[in-house]
Amino acid sequence: MPELEQDIIISEHRTGKRMDHMAYLPDMEVISSDLMEQVITKMNAYDYNIYTAADVEQALNQEILREQDFAALLSPAAEEYIEEMAQRARMETRKHFGNSVFMFTPLYISNYCENYCVYCGFNCHNRIHRAKLNQDEIRKEMNAIAATGLEEILLLTGESRKMSDVEYIGEACKIAKGYFKQVGLEVYPMNSGEYRYLHQCGADFITVFQETYHPDKYEMLHLAGHKRVFPYRFHAQERALLGGMRGVGFAALLGLADFRRDAFATGMHAWLLQRKYPHAEISFSCPRLRPIINNDKINPKDVRETQLLQIICAYRIFMPFASITISTRECQQFRDNIIKIAATKISAGVGVGVGGHDGTKKGDEQFEISDARSVEEVHQAIIRQGLMPVMSEYIYTG
Amino acid sequence: MQRRNDIFVIGEHEFTSRFILGSGKYSLDLIQAAVQHAGAEIITLALRRANSESMGNILDYIPEGVTLLPNTSGARTAQEAVRIARLARELGCGNFIKIEVIRDSKYLLPNNQETIKATEILAKEGFVVMPYMYPDLNAARDLVSAGAAAVMPLGAPIGSNKGLCTKEFIQILIDEIELPVIVDAGIGKPSQACEAMEMGAAAVMANTAIATAGDIPAMAEAFKQAVEAGRTAYLSGMGRVISHGGEASSPLTGFLRD
Repeated sequence: MPELEQDIIISEHRTGKRMDHMAYLPDMEVISSDLMEQVITKMNAYDYNIYTAADVEQALNQEILREQDFAALLSPAAEEYIEEMAQRARMETRKHFGNSVFMFTPLYISNYCENYCVYCGFNCHNRIHRAKLNQDEIRKEMNAIAATGLEEILLLTGESRKMSDVEYIGEACKIAKGYFKQVGLEVYPMNSGEYRYLHQCGADFITVFQETYHPDKYEMLHLAGHKRVFPYRFHAQERALLGGMRGVGFAALLGLADFRRDAFATGMHAWLLQRKYPHAEISFSCPRLRPIINNDKINPKDVRETQLLQIICAYRIFMPFASITISTRECQQFRDNIIKIAATKISAGVGVGVGGHDGTKKGDEQFEISDARSVEEVHQAIIRQGLMPVMSEYIYTG
Repeated sequence: MQRRNDIFVIGEHEFTSRFILGSGKYSLDLIQAAVQHAGAEIITLALRRANSESMGNILDYIPEGVTLLPNTSGARTAQEAVRIARLARELGCGNFIKIEVIRDSKYLLPNNQETIKATEILAKEGFVVMPYMYPDLNAARDLVSAGAAAVMPLGAPIGSNKGLCTKEFIQILIDEIELPVIVDAGIGKPSQACEAMEMGAAAVMANTAIATAGDIPAMAEAFKQAVEAGRTAYLSGMGRVISHGGEASSPLTGFLRD
């Protein structure tokens, strides 16, 4: 839509009475956890300008990083040490993952959404082609994807409980189980009982992007819909683990707010949750803002490639055992290089619209991708870097 | 750095010394000198030794103002450890209890499973429970859940004076466990006590190393200094270790476009 129209809608939401973004809605499960208070307190106390070169050097010299070391690596002072960080990150990556680089692809099964998130192509006020795959279409898509050799799939939906309810997602998981070894989900946050159901349907990994950990900024960017409720989203990973999921993924959408504090909060969120649930497998995504349909001006602002690399390396050095996924939001050159340094999982053959793997796209895209290479092309690129593409090393144990 | 206000907390009790002294294997009349020279504020004692009435009771030789940490040595099961702990409290030894459950008479290695069970029961009864353990991360987590006030992993088989044979695993406990990690058993020299403290251990306990030294008070003092030095080093942040002979790496960041 033209920018003017968008502005009018935003201003209507701003002047109208918006719901309290820190209050749970009925039906939203409340769990006993102090993680959110801890993360927000730590984030608010994080003043990245106080860190010096000496702090960064000390951090890089620690065998196991402490919270303050992670903080130092995310500071502006650490930008001067980007090469040293990359070297250390590569060492940690190879120590924990060897030469393996895991491949997967996302499959959007629906792009209906009830939320108004001003930066997202799926937002409910954005005029795009909406679609939802039926079970037959899901099968066809998965058949086409599996034929490329991939064994891991990430199922995504827009965030609409009405148009893509838990049962619908569960059926998609059951179908996916027949085509793939590993099934992950990136869908709206839900209650632990619902996660348990989806786990039984075959999903074992849940990723939820918090987008930004600054509650006030979050409030301004998520103007309407269930997604507006900040704490319910924050605790999604913990509810997923309570529901029996094996692993959980974290991300801040870089460029929305103060990226250093968001990256710090993301790391602390994952770190504290892993400490509370030591069996949980942890993964990070590192998305930067991208242009969307009807708004090509959206960009990652001050998060340039150097800063993105800094953040990814800081995650890697702070939590060397965590999986790090690199998105097609980044270009081929960045992706081919980051798998040498820190990323351990890379998507390939990606479309971020609904369907399209079997020939016809049915619904519009969430954002613009920067790397449209096929599975085979990415496979070859991994080998050219001296690394080993791995389709799966996972067994569903129920 | 923060050395001046460096308080060592166990349960709700505060200490300044981070050296815990064992009381076994001494001539009773040397205990007092050892405690004083070691600057120890906590001393362990085997309840089964405090039980003696014929030979002079060890309790009579421990200086005033020192916190007693009775241990359950002799216990082979959780139930036995619980019984000994209750007896210690009845005898006026206070609420601290060091759990030792040993079902192996050759190496005297602690049994973690029974130790976890005893910890759970005694923590519920209000004891400040300090379990002696084999440094296993899963067991340590279970001890945290069971209500322990600290964990006491062994550095080497008890009495062996072999030092930090389990160093890597103790480091994991220090990094992962929120409770104080007190390195117990196997510390044979002040340098080993110092090393444990440099790693971030909250305290060190030793007994045999001092009790079998030529000059007991002097060795007690050497341990005191070593523990303090290690603690100060830990708080100061260890300096950079330069590795020699490493191959030069080619740059990784040349691809950045900005």
